[in-house]
Amino acid sequence: MNQPLSSPHLPVRPTVGGLMRRVLLAMIPGAAAMVICFGIGVLINLLVALAAALATEAALLRLRDRPLKPFLTDWTAVLTAALFALALPPLAPWWLTAIGAAIAIALGKQLYGGLGQNPFNPAMVGYVVVLISFPTEMTYWTQQPTGITATLQAQFGQLGAAGLDGLTGATPLDALRSGLAQERIVDEAVGGLAGRGGWAWINGGFLLGGLWLVFRRDISWRIPAAVLAGIGAMALLFWLIDGDRHASPWFHWTSGAAMLGAFFIATDPVSGATTPRGKLIFGAGIGVLVYLIRTWGGYPDGMAFAVLLMNLTVPLLDAHTQPRVYGR
Amino acid sequence: MNAVVKPLGHFPGGLHLEAHKLDAPIRDADIPTRLIVPVSQHVGQPAKVMVEVGQRVVGGQMLAAAEGYVSTPVHAATSGSIVAIEERPVPHPSGLSAASVVIETDGLDEHTPDDPADGFAMDATTLRNRVRQAGVVGLGGAAFPSFIKLNPGSSVVDTLVLNGAECEPYISCDQALMSERPEAILQGAQLILHALGARQCLFGVEDNKPKAIAALRQAADTLGDERIRIVTVPTRYPQGGEKQLIQTLTGREVPSHGLPLDIGIVCHNPGTALAVRDAVTRGRPLTERVVTVTGPGVASPCNLRVRIGTPVSELLEQAGGLVDPDCRLIMGGPMMGFALANADVPVIKATNCILALRPQDLRPETPAMPCIRCGACADVCPAGLLPQQLYWHARAEEFDKAQDYKLFDCIECGCCAQVCPSHIPLVQYYRFAKTEIWADERARRKADVARQRHESRLARLEREEAEKKAAREAKKAALRARAEQQAQASEAKPADKPADDPVAAAIARAKAKAQAKQDGAPPPAEGTDP
Repeated sequence: MNQPLSSPHLPVRPTVGGLMRRVLLAMIPGAAAMVICFGIGVLINLLVALAAALATEAALLRLRDRPLKPFLTDWTAVLTAALFALALPPLAPWWLTAIGAAIAIALGKQLYGGLGQNPFNPAMVGYVVVLISFPTEMTYWTQQPTGITATLQAQFGQLGAAGLDGLTGATPLDALRSGLAQERIVDEAVGGLAGRGGWAWINGGFLLGGLWLVFRRDISWRIPAAVLAGIGAMALLFWLIDGDRHASPWFHWTSGAAMLGAFFIATDPVSGATTPRGKLIFGAGIGVLVYLIRTWGGYPDGMAFAVLLMNLTVPLLDAHTQPRVYGR
Repeated sequence: MNAVVKPLGHFPGGLHLEAHKLDAPIRDADIPTRLIVPVSQHVGQPAKVMVEVGQRVVGGQMLAAAEGYVSTPVHAATSGSIVAIEERPVPHPSGLSAASVVIETDGLDEHTPDDPADGFAMDATTLRNRVRQAGVVGLGGAAFPSFIKLNPGSSVVDTLVLNGAECEPYISCDQALMSERPEAILQGAQLILHALGARQCLFGVEDNKPKAIAALRQAADTLGDERIRIVTVPTRYPQGGEKQLIQTLTGREVPSHGLPLDIGIVCHNPGTALAVRDAVTRGRPLTERVVTVTGPGVASPCNLRVRIGTPVSELLEQAGGLVDPDCRLIMGGPMMGFALANADVPVIKATNCILALRPQDLRPETPAMPCIRCGACADVCPAGLLPQQLYWHARAEEFDKAQDYKLFDCIECGCCAQVCPSHIPLVQYYRFAKTEIWADERARRKADVARQRHESRLARLEREEAEKKAAREAKKAALRARAEQQAQASEAKPADKPADDPVAAAIARAKAKAQAKQDGAPPPAEGTDP
C-alpha cells in the first residue's frame, strides 16, 4: 500500500501556471491604461499574438514530441504573447504581430528546448526581430485613442500610407529624440505633447500591478528596484549636469517601457539572474543600458536590447554572486 | 525570576507551515503482545546480544550490550520471554531488516529495581557511564549516543542548547513533555550542565507552544537556577534544525562540516534531558518514550508513552485505527520523515511521531515541470544554498559541480521542494547525489586499500626474495670459503705430515686404541689426528 517515498510529503501549493496567471493579472491595470490611451488596437494585438503564440507552441511541441497539455496550460506562452503584444505600437499590422509572436515562441523558446531552457527573454527576441525587420510599422504609435473602424482598417491593411499618417503620432521618447536632434531643449521637445500624460498613466498602471507582485513575493523586489534605480541614477546625473539637454528621472520612469520592463520583462525568471546580488547587478545593468540607448543609441526606447544584452551576462553573474553558505 | 531572554539572531529563509499540532496529554500506551527490539537503534556500532531464545527477561534488563565506543546498550521495556533473535524489518528509509530481539510479553510488567544516586555528587565520568549504561540516545530523531555528547573532551563548552523548537508540523511529543514534565526536564538540563561544565543553558521553544513555555518558565522559577533561560523563538520551519536554532539563539553559526562543540555549544533534545535525568538519578534505562500518533489518517490522534519495541500497528489501533487503508505511514514529520513500508515495524528510540497521511494529503504524483529558475528555492533555503543549481548538477550527475555548490551543507529540510512551482522533488535529487558521492568515495577508499595491500605484498615478496637471495649468496660464499680452506689444508698436509699412508695410519690408530683400553684411559676422540 505505501511506497517508501522521499520527504517532504506534503502537497506543494505554488504552480508554474498559477505564477504566470498572477503575473498576467498584474498586467491588467497597465494594459487597461493602454487601451484607454490608444484604443482597441492594443486588444487586437493581444489576441493576434496570443493565437500565434499558442499555435506555434502547439506545433513545435508536437514536432519535438512533447506532451501538449502540461505545456499549453502552464500559461507561459500566454504571458510571452502578452508581453510582446504590449510592447507593440497599437496600430501595428496583424501580420507583424503574428510573425513576432511566432518567432518569440519558436526561436526564443522552443528551439532552445522549451520552458526553462531559453537564455534570452522570448518576448524580447520576438520584439527585436520585428523592430529590426519592420522599422516603419514599429512606429505606428498614436497620441490619442483610435476608433474601432480606423483601428481595424489600419491593422488589416485597408488604410493607405496617408490614412495612417493621419492616425499615428510620436511617443514622448520619439519626440524627445527628434527634438534634441533639432537642437531644441527638453521642455520644447516634449512640453505639452499630446499623449504625454497617457504614458505616465500607463507606466503607473504597470507599477501598480508590479508592486502587487512584489508584495505577494511572486517576483523579487531586487530586479525592478535595480532597473528603476539604474535608469533613475543615470537620468538624475545627466539632468543635474544639463537639464535642458537631458530629460528628468521622472520623465524616464514614466515613458516608454520603463515600468513594464522593470516589473514584467526584466523579471522573467528563466532568462534572468537568480542570486540576490546577481539580480541587483542584472537589474542595474538593464537600467543603465536603457538610459544609454535612449540617450545615445539608435532607438528611442532600449528596454528590449538592454534586457537581451543583460541576459548574456546571466551565467557569469550567477556563478560569481553565489550567496554565503551557512557556516562558511 | 527567569528573565525573558530574546533570541540574538535569526536564520535566513525558512517557511511558515501549518502546525497541525495536537494539544493532548500524554497517555500510557497498552503493553503490546510482542516487543521487537532492534539491537541497532542508535548511530554507531550495533549492540551485542546478551540474551538467548527462551530466556525470561524483565523490564529494564539489558538485551544487548554496547560494543565499541560509539554504541549503547538496548534494554527490555517490559517482562516476558524471548521467542526469537532474528532479522526483522526495522524503521529505516532503506526498508531493510536488522537483528532484533523479539519478546513475547507476559503482562506482569515487572521491572528491575531503581538504583537511585545523586548525580551532582558524581564526577562527569561516572555520570556519563550511567547515561551510557542506560542506553540513552538523542530522542529528537538523530539517535546519537548521548554520553558522547556529554563528553566535551579537550573542548570548552560554554552553552547547552535545549532544542524544544519542534518545528515540524504534526509532531507534538516534545510539546506535551515540556508541558507535563518541565521540572524533570530542567533537572536533566542541570545534570547535563554539570557533566559539561557549561556556563548556561538556552532552552529554545517556538512561540506556538505557549503552554510549554509557561510550564518551563514556572519550573525554572521554582528551581531558581540562573543558568537556565527559556527563550521563545519564532515559529518558522526549520527552527528546530540544530544549526538553525543555534543561529537563532546565539547569532553564531556552526562551521561547515563542523560540530556545535567547535563553537562551545552542545545541543540536546528535552526528551533526552529527561532520559538523562532518569538514567542518572534513578538508574533507569531508556525503555519508553513519547510518540505522537497523528495525522488526518488516524481516527483519534494522541500522544502516547510507548514501550520501545512496540509495533506501529498496535499504536495505530490505540489511536482508533486508520480511516483509510491507503494512508501513507510516515515516521517523523511530513517535511523530513520517511515513509514506512508497513505497520509491522517497531517503535525505536528515534521514533518521535507516527504520521498517517491520506492520499489527498500527499504531494500528488504528477510529473514535474521544467525548472523555471524562479529562485523561490534559494529564497527559503536556511543554509543559503542555490537549490536550483544543485538540482541542475545533481540531475546531470555532475557531482563535482554539485559539491562546488556546497551540496554537503544541505540539511535536507525540504523547504525548497515545498515552494517549487514546478513541483520538482529537489531533496530526492540531493540525496541521490550525496549517495552517489559516498559510494564513489567508498569505492575509491576500497580501491586505495586494495592497491596499498597489493603494493605492500609486492614489496614484501621482493624483500623476501632479496633476503633469500642474500642468504643463498652468504651460504655460497661460506661454502666457497670452506672449499678454499680445505683445498689449502690438503695442499699443506703433505708438507707437515710425512706419514701419508692411510693404511698405516689406521693401524696405528687401532693400536693406540687397544693400548688405551688396557690403560683404562678414554680413547682419543675420533677423527683427531694423533
